[in-house]
Amino acid sequence: MPLSPLKLSAGVRCASPVLLFLLLGFAAPLLMVVGYAFAEPKSFEVFSSFSLSNFSAALDPAGTLWMSFAWSISLALLATVLLALIAYPIAYALSHLFGKWSSLVSILFVFPLFISENVRLYGWVQFLVKGGVLDGLLKMLGMEGTPALLYSPEITLLGMVYVYLPFMLFPMTLGLSMVPRDLIAAAADLGASRLMIWREVELPLAMPGILIGLLLTFVLSVGTVAEAKILGGQSVITVVHDIEIAFTYAQNWPLGAALALILVLIIGSLTLWALSKIDLDRMLGGR
Amino acid sequence: MYDQAQRRNHFFIRCWVTFVLLLIYLPITCSALASLSKSRYFMFPVRQYSFEWWEKTLASMEIKTLLGNSLAIATLVTLIAVVLAFFGALAFARYDWKGRKLYQKLLLLPIFFPQAVLGLALLLWLNALGLMPSWKTAVFAHLVWIVPVVTLVIAIKVYSYDATLEDAAADLGANRWQIFREVTLPLLWPGIWSGALFAFLLSWGNFPLSLYTAGADSTVPKWLYSKMVAGYTPMVPALGTMSTLGAIVVLALVGLLVLSLRRLRQAN
Repeated sequence: MPLSPLKLSAGVRCASPVLLFLLLGFAAPLLMVVGYAFAEPKSFEVFSSFSLSNFSAALDPAGTLWMSFAWSISLALLATVLLALIAYPIAYALSHLFGKWSSLVSILFVFPLFISENVRLYGWVQFLVKGGVLDGLLKMLGMEGTPALLYSPEITLLGMVYVYLPFMLFPMTLGLSMVPRDLIAAAADLGASRLMIWREVELPLAMPGILIGLLLTFVLSVGTVAEAKILGGQSVITVVHDIEIAFTYAQNWPLGAALALILVLIIGSLTLWALSKIDLDRMLGGR
Repeated sequence: MYDQAQRRNHFFIRCWVTFVLLLIYLPITCSALASLSKSRYFMFPVRQYSFEWWEKTLASMEIKTLLGNSLAIATLVTLIAVVLAFFGALAFARYDWKGRKLYQKLLLLPIFFPQAVLGLALLLWLNALGLMPSWKTAVFAHLVWIVPVVTLVIAIKVYSYDATLEDAAADLGANRWQIFREVTLPLLWPGIWSGALFAFLLSWGNFPLSLYTAGADSTVPKWLYSKMVAGYTPMVPALGTMSTLGAIVVLALVGLLVLSLRRLRQAN
């Protein structure tokens, strides 16, 4: 078939329902957030008043809101680094070691995504709480029970690592499966050491997938809230928790919107930067 | 390549994978244990096992309503998401068009977005539109996040789809509708089914979006959360475990369906 204008528009025709839907369901709500962020504090005068005081309140060094940002960002960075270390061997195994078993093992790793986050986190509470499974097991073995393990920043971090593992693992696996085996064999034949092969061949070729994994886990864990509430017992207040408080108890929608906007700007710029670095067709389609 | 050091490394990697998998299923197992304990408050080791709390959960009217809401939301989300995402995936991976690269990136943005913030932003928008949040608005909210995910899932299948088959069918005189029904759809069914599976299960388990956009209507994850925060009863782990088992059943059914579709196609 020659390059007809009909074929060119087929893509546009197929894309338009989704794009229209996202305009209504994603772009419009974001616009509302921007509108509220610049409204008078504690008012509902969206698009009819202009004020920057929400932002100065959000970043006020005397307040506690900037601390939530610091907590969220540092916990997210830690979770991302830990997950990269935890997931790398698994991704390697899924892409190169398990062969035909790899899809079954993948399903085992995907499945928890389909269980509500709350249920899974609450399972950890039942494992770690005093009188819970771990405490009981230790006592059965004649040891002293556990100290108070719940409600600390460390446990919040554990919850984040637990919940976001699949988001690191699967992009990483996609990335690692883009590394051709014979290339590694060739490098080994030419006398490259293991470390050299990893640094010069495997890592650069798998980078697009690894980058997406790092980005996804960081971005999702900056937006974390359930982990801090259920496991952390509010020993850590995350940004999204502050946003929720502003929207609910405090009834200060403009402040909540300003906090949300700052978060969205951080996340959005990171995402767009990373997405500009990778070729989605090559990663998803192997082209 | 297969020297001893390598074999040892592979052994360690296998151990690591097993260890992480055990950790992943540990809290889910703890929940199941807690749901089978007879006492009002969970203590380990469990003194007496019983299905009492399962029976109470199944008999509760309140929980029937929750299940109805969750089921209605997930079903509608699945139907709408699959249709939108099917065409979205064709635009993503099948056709070469001018704005495609940009479209691919825009489509991914909602996935990279914190869901609690998305829920609140949608609440502002619903409020501006004068819509009362209910389970119907929750369907809309779920779709914003789930349509992009399902599009990706189907797009992966579309990448391996041989588009020249459509041209061949056209050369043989098939019209557009026939091509769609006889060539495009059958080849993409496995992708569509996995997309539907993701849509259903992600909607079924979603909490942050439902929290802000379902208004007074509760869903299973919403109810579980409210009871975790205040007023624990063993019905919490019981319903959580049931919900997990339900997800396993759905996953297995769709898995069998996709496998038999593949067999059928190979047999033909």
